Amino acid sequence: MAKITKEEVIEVAHLARLAITDEEAVHFADQLEAITNAMELLNELDTENVEPTTHVLPLVNVMREDKSIEGLPREMVMKNVKEHEGGQVRVPTILD
Amino acid sequence: MNFETIIGLEVHVELKTESKMFSPSPAHFGAEPNTNTNVIDLGYPGVLPVVNKTAVDWAMKAALALNCEITRHTKFDRKNYFYPDNPKAYQISQFDQPIGEHGWLEIEVNGEKKRIGITRLHMEEDAGKLTHTGNGHSLVDFNRQGTPLIEIVSEPDIRTPEEAYAYLEKIKSIIQYTGVSDVRMEEGSLRCDANISLRPYGRDEFGTKTELKNLNSFNFVKKGLEHEQIRQEQVLLAGGIIEQETRRYDESTGKTLLMRIKEGSDDYRYFPEPDLVDIVIDDAWLERVRAEIPELPDARKARYVSELGLSSYDAMVLTLQKPISDFFEATVKAGADAKLTSNWMMGEVSAYLNAQNKELEDTELTPEGLAGMIKLIGEGTISSKIAKKVFKELIEKGGDANKIVKAQGLVQISDEKVLLEYVSNTLDANPQSIEDYKNGKDRAIGFLVGQIMKATKGQANPPLLNKILLEEIAKR
Repeated sequence: MAKITKEEVIEVAHLARLAITDEEAVHFADQLEAITNAMELLNELDTENVEPTTHVLPLVNVMREDKSIEGLPREMVMKNVKEHEGGQVRVPTILD
Repeated sequence: MNFETIIGLEVHVELKTESKMFSPSPAHFGAEPNTNTNVIDLGYPGVLPVVNKTAVDWAMKAALALNCEITRHTKFDRKNYFYPDNPKAYQISQFDQPIGEHGWLEIEVNGEKKRIGITRLHMEEDAGKLTHTGNGHSLVDFNRQGTPLIEIVSEPDIRTPEEAYAYLEKIKSIIQYTGVSDVRMEEGSLRCDANISLRPYGRDEFGTKTELKNLNSFNFVKKGLEHEQIRQEQVLLAGGIIEQETRRYDESTGKTLLMRIKEGSDDYRYFPEPDLVDIVIDDAWLERVRAEIPELPDARKARYVSELGLSSYDAMVLTLQKPISDFFEATVKAGADAKLTSNWMMGEVSAYLNAQNKELEDTELTPEGLAGMIKLIGEGTISSKIAKKVFKELIEKGGDANKIVKAQGLVQISDEKVLLEYVSNTLDANPQSIEDYKNGKDRAIGFLVGQIMKATKGQANPPLLNKILLEEIAKR
C-alpha cells in the first residue's frame, strides 16, 4: 500500500503553485493515499500483452499543412492581460 | 590529482517553418511584439493543437542527417512548469519516444578526427521571449511561443572546450545544409546549453555535473566551459563537492554564476499529451524525407579533395557554410580553376566579408563575376595585383570582370616592346640603383620594379617585367 506524506503533498502543491495550509496538506495526504490505493487495485490485472493506451480512438498522424494564418490583433491579445507596456505583457521579474 | 573533463551539449534549433508547431500563427522572426499569436499559443481553454506536418518532416530530416535512427512510433508529451514565458504552464515536448535516437557526427580538432554520439533528437515548441527591464518587471513577447524546435542532446563524449566548439560548428553546418533552419545564434534560432563534470583519470563513473546557460555564441560556450572546468577543479582539489546546479555565463566577466539548483525530471511531471495522437512513420514517409537530404558537408569535403585536388583543410573551410560552398561550386562550374577559386574564397572574399561584417548574399559578387575575373588572371590578361582592384569593384558594384578591366584600362601590359621602353626609361633615371644592384644589393631590384609598376599603374606583367629588367641591367 502506498504511503503519501504531508511533505510530498506540500512539494506537489508547490510545483502546481497552489497555496495550501499545513492542515490541508495532512488532509490531502490522507485523501490522496486513499485514491492511490484504490487505483492500485488495477495492478491485480495481468497487462502483460496490453499496449499502453493514451487515446481511446485508434487515430494516428493527425496533422495539418504548414500554412500560416495572420495572428490575433494585439488589442485582442491584451484583453485579458493585467498590465502591458509597448505591446508587451508586463510581469514581475522571476529570477531563476 | 588530474581530472578528465566530460562535456555534453544540448542544442536547440528553431525550424524555419511558415507556421508554428501546433498552431497556424506565423512563425517568423522579427515581427512586432505579440502580433504572431493566436488562442492556441496563448493557452486559452478549449483550444486544440494540431501538429505541423512540415515540422515533423524537417525534424526527421535533421535526425537523419545526424545519423539518428528514426523512431517509427513516436508521440508528444506534456512537460509542466510555471514561468511567465509560457502562458500554457506546460510545454509540448517529447519524453520517452523522441523522433530520433542513437545518432553521431564527426569532428576534427588539431587534425584528429573523433565521433561524437547523439543521444536523441526530439521535437518541441519554443517559449515566448522575456526581456528583464531591471525595475522588478519583465516584458513578455509571445511571438516565439509555439515555434517548432528540435532539441539535440549529445552523448557525454566531448572532452575539451575545443571539441565542444567543433561539435557546435558541425551541427550548425549539417543543419544549414538540410535547410530546415537559419541556425543563427544571434537571432536565437540556434541555442546551446552545456553540461560539464570532472572525474579523476581512470575512474568510470561521472562526477556531478553543472549546467551552463546563457551561452550566446560558440566562443562563449568555449570560454564558459574553460572557466567552469577550472572552477570545478579548484573546488575538488580543495576537498569540496560539486553541487548539481544551473550556472549562468556572464559575458562581461567570463565567469559562471549560480542560477538555481537543478530540478529533477520528476518535477516536470511529464505525461503523454492528451490533445495529440501518436505519429507512426512508415517506410514510404521515411524514404521520401531521406531522399530530400542534399549532399552534406563531409561528403562535399571528400569530393573537393578527391575530385578538385584541394587540401583537406581548404575543403573543410570551404564546406563549413553552405552558401560559401554553393558559391564556390557555382564559380568552378562557370569555368574558374578550382584551386585559384579556393584561394580567392578563403583569401580576399573571406577577408572582405569579415571586415564588412557581411554575408556573401549581402554583396554584389556573383559566381559568374568571380569566375570571369579568375579566368582573366589565368589567361594573363590581368595580374593578381590588378585583380584585387577588379575584385573590389565586383563585390561592391557587381558586373562583368572583362568589361570592368576594359572600361578602366586595367589590361596587363604583356607587350615586350612596351615594357622594354618603361624599363629603359627607369634605368636611365636611376643609375645609382644599377650600381647598388651590381654591388650585391638585391633590394635595388625591388625599388626599380616599384618605380615601373607606379609608372604603369600596376599593369605591367610581373614575371615578364622581371625578366626584361634583369636582362637590361646585365647589359649596362
